[in-house]
Amino acid sequence: MATRIKKPFRWHILVFLAPAVFVYTAVMILPLFGTLQLSLFRNAGGEQAFVGIENFRALLTDPRWSASFWNALGNNVWFFVVHMLVQNPIGILLAALLSHPKLRFSAFYRAAIFIPTILSFVIVGFAWKLILSPLWGVAPNLLDLVGLKSLFTPWLGKAEYALTTLSLISVWQFVGIPMMLIYAALLAIPDEILEAAECDGITGMAQFWKIKLPLILPSIGIISVLTFVGNFNAFDLIYSAQGALAGPNFSTDILGTFLYRTFFGFQLQLGDPHMGATIASMMFFIILAGVCLYLFAIQTRLRRYQF
Amino acid sequence: MTIKAITALLLGSSVLGFAGAAAAQDATLTIESWRNDDLAIWQEKLIPAFEAKNPGIKVVFSPSAPTEYNAALNAKLDAGSAGDLITCRPFDASLELFNKGHLADLTDLSGIENFSDVAKSAWTTDDGKSTFCVPMASVIHGFIYNQDAFEQLGITPPTTEEEFFAVLDKIKEDGTYIPMAMGTKDLWEAATMGYQNIGPTYWHGEEGRLALIKGEQKLTDPEWVEPFATLAKWKDYLGDGFEAQSYPDSQNLFTLGRAAIFPAGSWEISVFNTQADFKMGAFAPPVRKAGDTCYISDHNDIGIGLNAKSANAEAARTFLTWVASPEFATIYANALPGFFSLSSTPVEMEDPLAKEFVSWREKCEPTIRSTYQILSRGTPNLENETWVKSANVINGTETPEAAAAELQKGLDSWYKPAK
Repeated sequence: MATRIKKPFRWHILVFLAPAVFVYTAVMILPLFGTLQLSLFRNAGGEQAFVGIENFRALLTDPRWSASFWNALGNNVWFFVVHMLVQNPIGILLAALLSHPKLRFSAFYRAAIFIPTILSFVIVGFAWKLILSPLWGVAPNLLDLVGLKSLFTPWLGKAEYALTTLSLISVWQFVGIPMMLIYAALLAIPDEILEAAECDGITGMAQFWKIKLPLILPSIGIISVLTFVGNFNAFDLIYSAQGALAGPNFSTDILGTFLYRTFFGFQLQLGDPHMGATIASMMFFIILAGVCLYLFAIQTRLRRYQF
Repeated sequence: MTIKAITALLLGSSVLGFAGAAAAQDATLTIESWRNDDLAIWQEKLIPAFEAKNPGIKVVFSPSAPTEYNAALNAKLDAGSAGDLITCRPFDASLELFNKGHLADLTDLSGIENFSDVAKSAWTTDDGKSTFCVPMASVIHGFIYNQDAFEQLGITPPTTEEEFFAVLDKIKEDGTYIPMAMGTKDLWEAATMGYQNIGPTYWHGEEGRLALIKGEQKLTDPEWVEPFATLAKWKDYLGDGFEAQSYPDSQNLFTLGRAAIFPAGSWEISVFNTQADFKMGAFAPPVRKAGDTCYISDHNDIGIGLNAKSANAEAARTFLTWVASPEFATIYANALPGFFSLSSTPVEMEDPLAKEFVSWREKCEPTIRSTYQILSRGTPNLENETWVKSANVINGTETPEAAAAELQKGLDSWYKPAK
């Protein structure tokens, strides 16, 4: 007769999980719900009054609020598009070059390209502001050297160029991340597969497009999601380069700076925590929607290869 | 990320609020302030001067960082641990403290009669009945110029608008100097040193400002649109790439001697005195036609009030009366050239540039920045919008009329003037 030995309850699992769960709840989950709750109230004569989704309705339909909101969202989308079109392809290209076995000094290039990523936003914002400054910057002089001075304009001060310029500065800073991730994915491709491809006569560019690219697609997917989340949470670079009013004429205003101005107030404008929380909640929903779209619609369709 | 950052900031600001309150003894007064730059002046000049006259009262100046001041002060006041004397920000921030009962009514303080109504306007209730802070200092707008450059080009400071543009044309023609050092990148330069600097001449100072608050004038009236039209003309006299020129860039352009005129606030004086190695002069915002009354923006910046829960209210009132006296005004104005006493009694000052600025008070009508009182309480915030629109007008991306119409539309959306 086999008697079932009752396993003792494994308390240590709970004990070991507790610190992480506790800290994560305290600094992430509670504030998240606190923000969502805050967005459902409004300050009416010193009292907090429950207004349901009234704040969201105001944000999306009130002519003033909605103009700022759609402007910020539109700018944010453009910020993201520039990253997807410039940062990620360049990252992939750099990774492909770096993983080329005949490239010399690849460790040096890898480090040099990655270094801006670890710089603080404030330094990057300030350094680029100086580089592009029409008064003391090196950009006008460098363009002059190659005879292209006429191309120079005060990019950060023109409504039509400022946002794209800032997006490209951000690309410069973060191109190291997709490069590293793709580089790692490329190195993980087994040599046998590449050798088999060579036996079948697939070499050079064709090998990249037909063999390597399909194998790194899951990594590209992850990078796209990271870029999406990072861009829709962005704030620091715009704030340090253009200030909280995200000038000129709000042309560089993204959701992060819009949230900051509303929540904390600016100059004579007093902070409005309720509308601020509403914007923060919208950012949360936008990011949630984007990530869900990726998880359910794209990631499940990606074909994975087992080596 | 965002939510985490907000939580950290909120936690940080509430924790900071409990730091630094000194234990109060019988007659030790603690001053709360954001002016940590002024610590030395208080400790070495102002406090000894007061203590010598008032034995038995000790004063401690305990400043906090400017960006943390409002949050820290509110937390301390709520916790009952704030100092006896509170340095007052102008307008709504202090008015809110008074309405919450944190600041005592000082309408009957002896010495408060030394100040004009305009001087007190930043710390008076909307109905004008109660005053709750003693005005300490104001800043005046005008133009600082490079005197060497003016002599070299043989020009004299302009007094009318026509002369002003003639001077700018001449400097531009000569080409040695950039006529005017101003950029639009930081936005506020365009509004504060531009619109609020030359504007009072058009809207006749207090007359227009009060009419705007009462709803008798609108920002779309010619008095309020014309300053924008004049600003639009400035564009041609600014340096290359002024759209990306920040405020420190403008300051450097001027102090390095590359620009001839700097649209300024008097707070620049002490900075410029240490950095520029040429002679400087100043002229008031030019009037429109010779013989017109001139108007200047003499904007209230700092006041000092009494914590309603102070245990040493008597001693604190003695101190505030001293702050309202000419003696305080003289020490303060000379230690910080560019921050002018608001007292009606003229103060003897040594700095020639500061003297020039303050001399305009005698011949010109003073006013404060039009957007500060009452009109910036709602959303959209008129002051912030004025920054953006002034920059747009100078950049040439928006016409003066369109900018003014937008501003009025924003104001109408929340502000209903009392009938």
